[in-house]
Amino acid sequence: MNVVMYEDELNQIQTVVDKLVRDANARVVCIVDKNGQLISASGETDNLDTTSLASLIAGTIAAMGGMAKLLKENEFPTQFHEGVKANIHIQLVGNRVILAVIFDSRATLGLVRLRVKRACDELNAIFEALMKRVPAGGGSAPFGEITDEDIDNLFND
Amino acid sequence: MSFINYLSREINCKIVYYGPGLCGKTTNLQWIYQRTAPEAKGKMISLATEQDRTLFFDFLPLSLGEIRGFKTRFHLYTVPGQVFYDASRKLILKGVDGVVFVADSQIERMEANQESVENLQQNLAEQGYQLEKIPYVIQYNKRDLPNIATVAELRSLMNPTNAPDFEAVASKGVGVFDTLKSVAKLVLTELKRGSGG
Ligand SMILES: Nc1nc2c(ncn2[C@@H]2O[C@H](COP(=O)(O)OP(=O)(O)OP(=O)(O)O)[C@@H](O)[C@H]2O)c(=O)[nH]1
Ligand SMILES: [Mg+2]
Repeated sequence: MNVVMYEDELNQIQTVVDKLVRDANARVVCIVDKNGQLISASGETDNLDTTSLASLIAGTIAAMGGMAKLLKENEFPTQFHEGVKANIHIQLVGNRVILAVIFDSRATLGLVRLRVKRACDELNAIFEALMKRVPAGGGSAPFGEITDEDIDNLFND
Repeated sequence: MSFINYLSREINCKIVYYGPGLCGKTTNLQWIYQRTAPEAKGKMISLATEQDRTLFFDFLPLSLGEIRGFKTRFHLYTVPGQVFYDASRKLILKGVDGVVFVADSQIERMEANQESVENLQQNLAEQGYQLEKIPYVIQYNKRDLPNIATVAELRSLMNPTNAPDFEAVASKGVGVFDTLKSVAKLVLTELKRGSGG
């Protein structure tokens, strides 16, 4: 089972994320899948290790999900951590992907919450459409054409 | 569960290093990290105790190069081997594309090795995976120590299905890249097979 994301959806997601950065006065917004893959990021990402950030965000959501199970809760879908300069708001979207917003004193938690809620609705719509499309799309198409030689070539150092 | 991104033309796969406590999983990732060119790797993240035991996971993102215009990226994870961290191991196995089992060759660790494989099978089964059906490679580590089982013994105990296996001294880098290449290749081959190629 693979996740395949096409340009269309990724562009739609990027639009939501770009807008959220502006509307919430956020420093960084990113979307991560539950396994820790970064799907989309926006804002001041130049000096940020978004790959590592993505795996850690997925890790905390996974850990909280584990705790929820023990407590017979469904999920703990929202986390908020407050630092001196940076704050992070992490939201599970439709139990599929994670929306993380990093912000500073230019924004307030109230504003972030409000904008995150709207973005969640938009993201849910996009992912629902994506899920419907995937089975028809035919799996991980480009890899059918790969030869054993292609794979071997990767490892010639 | 590999992740294919058509916009950035990337394919991401997840490889998990599994095995009993202190068998050398983290050491494998540290060696890979040290010996990989800066442009091909990201930061290595280790969530560990003060005694350097893995608490949640180690994480190392690697780029292997391009296949047909797609960048291939591998996310390497280790699990915490200590028995009582089972809840964390289950979480890290989610969405796994390939597993490396690092066995400790020392005779006194044979039981721990076997318990760990059984634990792996069980945790995979909970997610609907079967060990025999996923890309799987075994590493017999710590071959430099004096009190070790022979490879034949290790094979008969740990490798009934004839998975690719490698001898290693992870702390000196012996066998580390052979193991990684083998599992990466199996993962890509599986991806090709899964897409009808
Ligand atoms: N002699 C020898 N020591 C090794 C070898 N590989 C790892 N070690 C040592 O074994 C110890 C444990 O290694 P780790 O890589 O931390 O073990 P781990 O499997 O990550 O352990 P957990 O995080 O507790 O699951 C360290 O002191 C390593 O230096 C090896 O091939 N030979
Ligand atoms: Mg470790």
